[in-house]
Amino acid sequence: MSGLSRGRSTEPPIDSRAFDLLCLTMALVLGLHAMHLPWWLDLMLALVLGWRWWQRRRQSGHVPRWIKLPMLVLLTLAVIVNYGNIVGREPGAALVVGLLVLKLLETESIRDVRVGVSFACFALMTALLFDQGLVATAVVVLGLLPALATLRALEPAQAPGSLQRSLLPGLTLLAAALPLALLAFLLVPRLSSPLWGAPSRDQATTGLSDSMTPGNLTDLLTNDNPSMRVSFDGAPPPPDLRYFRAYVMWTYDGRGWHYTPTPPTTATTPAPIDVDRAIDYQISLQPTHQRVLPTLDVPLAAPAQARLQADREVFADKPVNDPLSYRLRSALRYRLQPTLDDRSRRLGLRLPSGFNPRTHALASQWRQQYGDDDAAIVRAALALFHDGGFSYTLAPAPLGRDAVDDFLFGTREGFCEHYSSAFTVLMRAAGIPARVVTGYQGGYWNELGGYLLVRYSDAHAWSEVWLAGRGWVRVDPTAAVRPERVSLGAAAAAGDQLAWYRNDWLQGLRNRWDIVNRWWDKGVIGFDALRQRGLLTPFGVRNTDTGMLAILLALGSLLFIAVGLAWALSKRHLRDPLRASLRELEQKLARKGVARTVGEGPRHYLQRAARALPMQRDELVALMRSYLELRYAHDEPPPESLRTFQRAVRNFRPVAVVK
Amino acid sequence: MRETLQSLQRWAERRLPALTRYRRPEKLPIELHRRRIYIVPTAFGLGFSVLLLVMLIGALNYANNAALLLTCLLGAASSASMLIAFRSLDGLRLSHIHGGHAVAGQPLELTLTFDSRRPRSAIRLDLGECRVAFAPGPATTQVKLSLPTEKRGWQPLPRMRLWSTWPLGLFRAWSWLHPDQAVLVWPRAEAAGPPPQAPGDDARHMQLHRGDELAALRDYHAGDPQRHIAWKASARHENLLVKDFEQPQSRPQWQLDWRQLGGIDSEARIARLARWLNEAQALRCNYSLWLPGNHIASGSGPLHHARCMNALACLP
Repeated sequence: MSGLSRGRSTEPPIDSRAFDLLCLTMALVLGLHAMHLPWWLDLMLALVLGWRWWQRRRQSGHVPRWIKLPMLVLLTLAVIVNYGNIVGREPGAALVVGLLVLKLLETESIRDVRVGVSFACFALMTALLFDQGLVATAVVVLGLLPALATLRALEPAQAPGSLQRSLLPGLTLLAAALPLALLAFLLVPRLSSPLWGAPSRDQATTGLSDSMTPGNLTDLLTNDNPSMRVSFDGAPPPPDLRYFRAYVMWTYDGRGWHYTPTPPTTATTPAPIDVDRAIDYQISLQPTHQRVLPTLDVPLAAPAQARLQADREVFADKPVNDPLSYRLRSALRYRLQPTLDDRSRRLGLRLPSGFNPRTHALASQWRQQYGDDDAAIVRAALALFHDGGFSYTLAPAPLGRDAVDDFLFGTREGFCEHYSSAFTVLMRAAGIPARVVTGYQGGYWNELGGYLLVRYSDAHAWSEVWLAGRGWVRVDPTAAVRPERVSLGAAAAAGDQLAWYRNDWLQGLRNRWDIVNRWWDKGVIGFDALRQRGLLTPFGVRNTDTGMLAILLALGSLLFIAVGLAWALSKRHLRDPLRASLRELEQKLARKGVARTVGEGPRHYLQRAARALPMQRDELVALMRSYLELRYAHDEPPPESLRTFQRAVRNFRPVAVVK
Repeated sequence: MRETLQSLQRWAERRLPALTRYRRPEKLPIELHRRRIYIVPTAFGLGFSVLLLVMLIGALNYANNAALLLTCLLGAASSASMLIAFRSLDGLRLSHIHGGHAVAGQPLELTLTFDSRRPRSAIRLDLGECRVAFAPGPATTQVKLSLPTEKRGWQPLPRMRLWSTWPLGLFRAWSWLHPDQAVLVWPRAEAAGPPPQAPGDDARHMQLHRGDELAALRDYHAGDPQRHIAWKASARHENLLVKDFEQPQSRPQWQLDWRQLGGIDSEARIARLARWLNEAQALRCNYSLWLPGNHIASGSGPLHHARCMNALACLP
């Protein structure tokens, strides 16, 4: 940084307007990055920024080197201590923002400001590596406005204006640049594989987890962000069929349920299925950094680059790090695994010994009571949940070692994971093969966009029991307690237990706004190399290769250059009809050899013309008189007389003198 | 470094006349149009495009479409700023130039009048070392420049550069202005020398009457009130005389004559006459000037002074 100080004395110091705008730019960059920097770094940088602004406002002067150098060292040390290294997304961003603010300390000349603005543009771009949603992008683009205004403020001799007004021309410039930017965005060839190592995604996985222990869904249930969007070919399924399966969990250890990656059945082929009715649909999934792809109910085949597991869950070959779209066909009425093999039956009945004695006792009692009728036992359990004084809450009382016993006979409150867990344990204790399934249920049907919006808060857990002749049957014990959880969705079930910002009208607004997000995710973020290749499909070109894209880009740019040049070269002539009329007369006279000389007034010229063309002397003198009157007797020539003059000029035919 | 650049420029102008087509002096008014406005990126513009390239590659590599869109937007805005730079010069018209008075060796103040149909910002004008920035309004704008002078006489105006890096400093648009006009530089007065010869004896005009009230009579000048005219005294003379009330002592009358200054070369004569003219002007006396081929009758005032100096400056 200190290497840039050469030749500073020759440049004039910048004025306060440019410096204020630069400070504003940097404050915006800092604000955009504040979310993912440690709070103490935010605070320190904000203090440095504010102090420098105040210091230069009071008296223009350099910051001594003994302040700048230690701060630079301190920043680097802080980043290394906090993150362990300086490469990677988070430490890189911290370093970029820190250096940007420190650059302000030595900003005195025009060149410093330009370097600072360029650097700020780069820092704005790095903010998009953390969040490329519509709102984040819009804010970053707005962040360009003070940057552009700073560059304008460096130019000399401008009309004075307020700070706010100086931001507006940048907006006009960006708006004018938008068409060309969109063209370039569409046609710049995407890389099918990165040039160098893709950034490490060291962020926590979001969405469903592959285990279900008490309380670990709670975070998800309060997360309002979209998880996926589903559009159906034809009518959407009714709300009580909107179950999206993700994980099928067989293993219970007394505390929670776990997904076992190795297939629990010996068969690696997916479980057989008899399909009665099926539906086609497409899911756009937000990045989860996991491999599981939620599907509506039971899918019939896996999409490309994904595999169907033994229990018909779908797993992608690679973790989903970018928004992903996939098409599927799922069964809505079916018989899954009509015959159960011994191994699956054993797994589906396994319970850890020494837990939940009262539950076991209740299950045995039911078995004795209903004999071989498994369906009756299921109904009995659902009746217990419905009539046994159970309630739905997102903040249940904690459970002890015998969690299911405590829940069934003690607290009697909880949400989907408590109910599905307790129900499955009850079924297994009663000798019915059962398993827990987690995924999403419900979603908001966006009428305008024609798609189903599923949020993380729609996460759900339910059970599947195996009944002879019917295969695996979905049973949702939560629905027995709180039917609106299934028919209306998670938010309705939670009642007033949700934060204020999730109240009805706001939620409705958010649901409607989501169509814009969907459009953004689909049209902008999801526009990858594959979609780009299919860009010209409507025009009959199946595969648009790089050369084609380059030609299109060049042609499009030429078009915009032509439009831009037409604008730049357009001259708005002052509409002066009187002058135009006089010019017409001059041209007529010039053809007869009477040209107006430079600096000759109209009176002199027309008198000279009258002498040169004696045949039309009277006519010319009359024209001169009316011209002089129109020009000098009024501020604005009266339209009627003007028309008369124009007509007279048009009808004037100079006749050359025959000598 | 700077000398190298300048010699390179001179070489380029010699070898590539197309590059510097508008080198020859032109008649006023000069209107800038697309054939004479040149645009190149500035050093900052080049650096900024390198930054854009880095951003583009980064966005493509990380398959981050939002960042790509931002980069495209910045790039498109930069390209658009090139057109704005062009437009800030296009259509600007230098309508006339007015030169002030200056003595050789001292800077001469030039006033350039520009016409513009629309407001513009941050136009800069370079004339040698003198650089000014101005913002033409929607009508005429006057720009003052100082032109260094060396010797007396007609001095043609040098080539001026009109340029702008508006709006973002990424592109520099420029055009040459070389008006076919010259300014007149007055001769430098000598530092010290003998006073002019004793003023001519015009006692005839002075103290015609030794009356008490009336101090003197003097020649009539345009603008003197009529009632001050001494009609009786005038009748005896070939021109009108005016009663001069105010002054106890009359204005001296100097007759400056080229022929009286023998024995020194012509530049020294001019310098001496220039000093006398300045002194006479400072003393507010009447003076006349005789020069070879030019006789300026007696008079006073700044216009008279300028006329005499102009005549001196124009001597061969």
